[in-house]
Amino acid sequence: MISAINVIQEQGTNAIGLSRNDYRGAPSSLCQGCGHNAIANQIISACYELNIPPEQIVKFSGIGCSSKSPAYFLGRSFGFNGLHGRMPSLALGALFANKHLRGLGVSGDGDTASIGMGQFKHLLRRNLPFLYIVENNGVYGLTKGQFAPTAEQGLTLKKQGVNPYEPIDICLEALASNATFVARSFAGDPRQVKELIKAGLMHRGIAVIDIISPCVTFHNREGTLHSYTGGKETESPLHEISFVPRREEIVLENFSEGQIREVRLHDGSVIVLKKLSRDYDPTNRSQALCMLADEFNSGRLVTGLIYIDPDRPSMFDAYNLPETPLNRLSEDRLRPPRQSIEKVNALMF
Amino acid sequence: MGYPNSIKQIQPDVVNNFCITFSTINGSGSATANVTLLRALFKMGIPVSGKNIFPSNIQGLPTWYTLRISKHGFLGRLEKDDIVVAMNPATFYKEQEFVLPGGAFYYADDIKLPVTRTDIAVYPMPVKKIVQEANVPPKLRDYAANMVYVGVLAQMLGIELDKIYLALDFHFKGKSSAIDLNFSIIKLAAQWAAAHLEKRDPYYVEPMSITKDHIMTDGNTAAALGSIYGGVQFVAWYPITPASSLAEALHEYAPLLRQDPVETGKETYAIVQAEDEIAAIGMAIGAGWGGLRAMTSTSGPGLSLMTEYLGLAYFAETPVVVWDIQRMGPSTGLPTRTAQGDLTEAYFLSHGDTQYVILLPGSVKECFEFGWKAFDFAERLQTPVIVLSDLDLGMNQWMSEPFEYPNQPMDRGKVLWEDDLEKLSHKDLHWGRYLDLDGDGIPYRTLPGNTYPGSAYFTRGTGHDEFGSYSEEAEVWERVMKRLSKKFETARSILPKPVMDIQENSKFGIISCGSADFAIHEARYELEQAGIVTDYMRIRSIPFSNEVRDFIRDHERIYVVELNRDGQLKQLLTLETPEFATHLRQISRADGLPLSARWIKEQILVEEGR
Ligand SMILES: Cc1ncc(C[n+]2csc(CCOP(=O)(O)OP(=O)(O)O)c2C)c(N)n1
Ligand code: SF4
Ligand SMILES: [Mg+2]
Repeated sequence: MISAINVIQEQGTNAIGLSRNDYRGAPSSLCQGCGHNAIANQIISACYELNIPPEQIVKFSGIGCSSKSPAYFLGRSFGFNGLHGRMPSLALGALFANKHLRGLGVSGDGDTASIGMGQFKHLLRRNLPFLYIVENNGVYGLTKGQFAPTAEQGLTLKKQGVNPYEPIDICLEALASNATFVARSFAGDPRQVKELIKAGLMHRGIAVIDIISPCVTFHNREGTLHSYTGGKETESPLHEISFVPRREEIVLENFSEGQIREVRLHDGSVIVLKKLSRDYDPTNRSQALCMLADEFNSGRLVTGLIYIDPDRPSMFDAYNLPETPLNRLSEDRLRPPRQSIEKVNALMF
Repeated sequence: MGYPNSIKQIQPDVVNNFCITFSTINGSGSATANVTLLRALFKMGIPVSGKNIFPSNIQGLPTWYTLRISKHGFLGRLEKDDIVVAMNPATFYKEQEFVLPGGAFYYADDIKLPVTRTDIAVYPMPVKKIVQEANVPPKLRDYAANMVYVGVLAQMLGIELDKIYLALDFHFKGKSSAIDLNFSIIKLAAQWAAAHLEKRDPYYVEPMSITKDHIMTDGNTAAALGSIYGGVQFVAWYPITPASSLAEALHEYAPLLRQDPVETGKETYAIVQAEDEIAAIGMAIGAGWGGLRAMTSTSGPGLSLMTEYLGLAYFAETPVVVWDIQRMGPSTGLPTRTAQGDLTEAYFLSHGDTQYVILLPGSVKECFEFGWKAFDFAERLQTPVIVLSDLDLGMNQWMSEPFEYPNQPMDRGKVLWEDDLEKLSHKDLHWGRYLDLDGDGIPYRTLPGNTYPGSAYFTRGTGHDEFGSYSEEAEVWERVMKRLSKKFETARSILPKPVMDIQENSKFGIISCGSADFAIHEARYELEQAGIVTDYMRIRSIPFSNEVRDFIRDHERIYVVELNRDGQLKQLLTLETPEFATHLRQISRADGLPLSARWIKEQILVEEGR
């Protein structure tokens, strides 16, 4: 079996013959050093390494600096940059057009947890197959530096002074709304970001990854929760995560048994979790809830796969859709036959 | 009997031309009784219409139902009560006042209140006694009580019992226990009336053959069925009166009609109940963008919430169909009363320069027709189509000519799949998402899943050039916006033309839209009886077709008749034809009830100085 790594090294292309360039988008217009750019790069890497044809991915976003970023990756994918806070509904409708495509959304902490909280939570309970990335910087970047709902209480920002309110924890909200894949990461930890994106893309239902993504222009003061230094100092990974696609051999060096956990996804791929300081079981929802609640005010940034239910049926499983994508159905499959109209009229008394 | 019954019938018989109002309590099961009478009369071949005037309440408040029986086929609201059936003590006195002199007043005799009118025929009905005799289980007694007046009226007016049976059979979907129970009360009540009531009013029904080939249904069901024949693939909705029954009809009929003939056992549509109207329209727009025939149904408050998203669909050029079943606004307003008050809202929706295609169905049959056509227009023009129906049309039962199978194949508009792009490349033509290749303002679009190189594009509500790339350039912006208005010029010639009736020797014109048509039809007849001949145009779409301008130009005096306070259609016509603005006169009102011919006629006569 050829592993994806070998192909990259030998030819500069992946197993489906595409180069990294085929996964790039337009040049970024975000600030240099913005965490959102780092995440876009990991989306490119993850898709390249997963050998996904870019045409199979459909990108979505709301409004914000973060939401601009889908223009800067996967230029060969269809995409829709929608309204502030309303990405979930747009993505849901669009993905019904072809249930075989994979949805990938990028949103901000304001876009998701402020104006878009309602749609966010309702998307989760429907378990649409969709990778929902929140680029969480604790601030409104695009409108130049107001508090986002994830900003910690007491935080001081140049424009607005001191934040008087409690923050919202996006992962906790996601878990409370029955999301089937909840993860947190940090833009300064590219490997973890990438592996989580891979796992999220292959997950059967909704996958939420809340990624701390520093805004270097409006909110990167040393030591704050959403800054690069803050993230580096406080990041506390639950495990070391690797995603192993289906049909690929799991080769793990230097691990003795009992040091790893495996979570098998519905398509046969496996998430391998190497234990670090603690033994954390991401399939235990109540444990995940307790962990998040405990960590919320601990000053630590707990990252990794917080919760996963790999088998819960997806939204599409609740519908009896044909295998042919709905958007390729011909007229004879959509308009009832002529003779049916008489029966319909007969039903009208 | 100790009731004031001094009058004897003095007028000649009135056959198939009168109006009955039922005054009941909301949630008491009267709807079944009323619609049973409506359907029985319809099955007798008599033109009939029924209007439910109901409160925004589930149980307990007064509710009215008016049944109009019209041998002339007039289906509009009549502002008089020949016969009143009073089942609600709370409105007992008021109800008496409404009965025309010489009319008839039926009431449940457990209402121990005096009847003060002496110029009407009064018929007390021993409702409780009959229900008891019919051996109705106690918990169904209140519900079944209304069947007593069905039986009494059947006897007193001449409604055929076998037709009533057909109506019950239909209503209860053949469930014999329910049919038999209700029918037994009706029969008992009819027998009681035959034995105890002496007819002292002039009203009778007689079989006709006018409605023989007709169907009976409501506009929301018609809209749902039309959409199903239009191949609707995606529905997202949020419950709101008076629109809910549209989506519910989709839920009911789509499974019957939309099984995939190829992949058997599969269904070619999806219906999602969204968390609110913003999500509903977002889902529908996403689906429309993905290439599905997508729709939502709502009413005024929901349309208000959809505003931002519809602006995006306008600018990103995404097809989507929105049914707005209008109710009385502003705000929560009168949620269960009808209006044509969302015209200007639909026209001006969203910030910046936007335009919308608006369809204005005027009958149940047209709800069906616009149901499928709306998708053709949305996809052809790549833009939102807002269909304005209303509570009166949408929720009341109407007799109608049968639905007609679509007489044109679907128009899926300008969509390029892999083969099409391949062909274009041979012709050395470049595809750009917003490039106007045909000069009609309508670009070509590609859909997700298309694997042809270069077929994918990034859709955005921000400034974009002909190739979909981000742009803030002044020239590009203006060019795109100009091309968009060109598209709406194209729309004028594609959309349904107005329905016109031009007479010789006409004195002036009348313009209306939607369900106002029923009352105008009758008002014009009455005006003609008074020697005033009129021309008429019922507008069916916006942007207005050229015929609209011509009609306004050619008539010095035009009454624009509509069901709202501000004369919204007149406002829009004034914008459209400022040079002829003085030709237009506003005749509008909004009191929560459908327009009546009498009121329209009176307004016009006053304006005409008669
Ligand atoms: C309806 C609406 N309200 C307000 C705005 C203005 N707005 C644009 S982006 C934004 C906040 C973005 O913050 P976030 O989602 O955190 O993204 P970031 O820029 O931080 O990545 C706001 C309020 C808008 N575009 N639309
Ligand atoms: S303002 Fe902040 S969030 Fe926006 S691009 Fe710049 S660094 Fe990134
Ligand atoms: Mg932010």
